[in-house]
Amino acid sequence: MTRRSHPDVVVVGGGIVGAACAWYLAAEGLAVLVLDAGFPGGGATGAGMGHLVVMDETEAQFALTSYSLELWTALANELSADCQDEPRSTLWIAADEEELALVEAKAEFYHRRGVAAEVLSSSELAGEEPELRPGLAGALHVPGDRVIYPPAAARWLLDRAVEKGAAVQTDCRVEEIGSGWVRTARGEKISCDLVVNAAGPEAPRLTSGLPVEPRKGHLAITERYPEFCRHQLVELGYLKSTHTEAADSVAFNIQPRATGQQLIGSSRELVGWDLSINRRLLAAMIRRAFDYLPRLAELQVIRVWTGFRPATPDGLPLIGPWPAIDGLWIAAGHEGLGITMALGTGRLLAECMVGRQPSLDPAPYEPARLES
Amino acid sequence: MTRIPIVIDGRTVEAEPETTVAAALLNDGIWGFRSSVESEPRGPVCAMGICFECRVTIDGIPHRRACMELCRPGMEIETGG
Repeated sequence: MTRRSHPDVVVVGGGIVGAACAWYLAAEGLAVLVLDAGFPGGGATGAGMGHLVVMDETEAQFALTSYSLELWTALANELSADCQDEPRSTLWIAADEEELALVEAKAEFYHRRGVAAEVLSSSELAGEEPELRPGLAGALHVPGDRVIYPPAAARWLLDRAVEKGAAVQTDCRVEEIGSGWVRTARGEKISCDLVVNAAGPEAPRLTSGLPVEPRKGHLAITERYPEFCRHQLVELGYLKSTHTEAADSVAFNIQPRATGQQLIGSSRELVGWDLSINRRLLAAMIRRAFDYLPRLAELQVIRVWTGFRPATPDGLPLIGPWPAIDGLWIAAGHEGLGITMALGTGRLLAECMVGRQPSLDPAPYEPARLES
Repeated sequence: MTRIPIVIDGRTVEAEPETTVAAALLNDGIWGFRSSVESEPRGPVCAMGICFECRVTIDGIPHRRACMELCRPGMEIETGG
């Protein structure tokens, strides 16, 4: 067996996106080295809820989320038990008649594209989720969505990449990326043919000019209360809050975990790299959840944490070549959809990198679209 | 002082006066108060409200710390949650 002196591809970042890229690249027969600054899943991946969800804000967002969800669903029988993968439908909740009109438009969007979805009346919603406050207008039920435990899924993907010959180095922070090389914090310069910057919110630290900024979020998780909620519940106003230009916002979002725990989100703020808990915003987030689920106030939260989503100006990820540096590819900027989009991203990136016909039109995700 | 009738997993038991639920369970010979996510038994470790290992369901409310609750007449306690 011949040994190459250096890898074909260095993937910077072993979060779920980098892990998926590594897997698909290794499956293409490339020699892949993954470098992670800490441990896989310790960054944005660990701050995600693991809601595998079809989204409909733009055609490009729909294309990547629905394709990725198909890939996740196809893996359901292979994922290890610690990935906690399970089908768990989403209820997009309309609080009033105005939001119910949005639910109907959303249903039509899904129907036209062949995604199962049904509009629930106020009483049907109450029947599905008895803990919700009475008087909500209705909901959109999307049965195909799923839940996963993101850090375990990232590790599983890395294990698959290793089976296909990839190497993974943890605690190996990359300080600089060049054309055909990376330099680590230990001072080692690693040569390679290609580099993938999959460093999530830290991606612009390594590729200057990359339009990604850290958008902080809070999560809270309760003790085990099986069956408190049965679906992933998201207020329709969530979509409004994700688009707001305001400094910070909260939206009601709760997810029942396979353990019986209830995972509560969500908040958004732009505060640089401050990971500390913002008690005012956390209180607003929790109050918002109590507003929808009054008895949630009786449940015990055991942990609260924060993390950063890698946000881009147009809400779509950056997947493709970075023209300024020869051989550099980007897979970053997925904001709150990185867990869902990881598989589609890895597959699309690998196809483009080896020159294969891509499964999706890559144009909407090309990083060059945002170059000023 | 009079003993306190409480119900442990459907059985009526006389608890010593001024004892916590944790003490009453231990006096009744119960060491496994609840199950971990991986179904291992868990019981009191700190007995002062810090470790949260001794949680039981009390009068229908899950995840009450047994070490922090005094027995009251008629209290219904469920272990194994």
